[in-house]
Amino acid sequence: MIFLTRRATFSASHYYWNDAWTPEKNEQVFGRCSNRNGHGHNYTLEVTVAGVPDPVTGFVVDLKWLRDAIEREVLSAWDHRHLNIEVPEFAQTVPTTENIAIAAWKRLEHAVAAAGGAKLSRVRIYETPEIFAEYRGEI
Amino acid sequence: MSAKALFGRRYMLSASHRLHSDALSAEANRAMYGKCNNPHGHGHNYVVEVLVGGAVDPETGMVVDMAALDAVVGAGVIDRFDHNNLNLDPLFANRVPTTENLCRVVFDLLRDALPTGRLECVRVEETENNFFECYG
Repeated sequence: MIFLTRRATFSASHYYWNDAWTPEKNEQVFGRCSNRNGHGHNYTLEVTVAGVPDPVTGFVVDLKWLRDAIEREVLSAWDHRHLNIEVPEFAQTVPTTENIAIAAWKRLEHAVAAAGGAKLSRVRIYETPEIFAEYRGEI
Repeated sequence: MSAKALFGRRYMLSASHRLHSDALSAEANRAMYGKCNNPHGHGHNYVVEVLVGGAVDPETGMVVDMAALDAVVGAGVIDRFDHNNLNLDPLFANRVPTTENLCRVVFDLLRDALPTGRLECVRVEETENNFFECYG
């Protein structure tokens, strides 16, 4: 089994807010991230797929295909967007780094499975170079 | 059931050390550790990466609150080692402060101290070209 990772970057804005809480509690729990005017990051997304290299091509998946799948499934919906306002999966879910990793996984899982040959293994998202979250599916 | 995810955070600390084993002769120490055996020590900018696993809290969307994690790592690890000589720390009284051992020591310091979640991995990068991981 070989694990292959493709990296992509996108920029988006967000804020942390739980509608079930008072503004005071949101500020207490989420700190500066609760500013309703939003703030933004340059995110780095790492998508890892696992499989056996094809005996003819030597590829687990064609990296160009994976690049295009990430662009189509994730970046086209998230890049230069406000995650809370413009991205449906964060209408009711706080766009924390953890939840962004899970949402990216859900967007990519079927595309990778449909292509055949490899399985989505890991999605890692860096909010800054020092902060990241990872999701490996339901394990 | 909440999804299980991992949250990672990278910290930096600068410290000096000298690789020297009391179990070896001076000559054997020089042969084993080379430049790292310099009696006056030397230093690194270490990167300590802490990986926490657990359920994503449905209310906060978090595996662990970053400010709380920062407080724990800051007080337990960064304040302890940053701008200090690792050899002089009691935890290295009887072990060579290699980055393998630093990685293990940091893991043990944090294992039961996390605000939430489970400590999955501690990774210590000594330079850009070498790093060490401890999974418990």
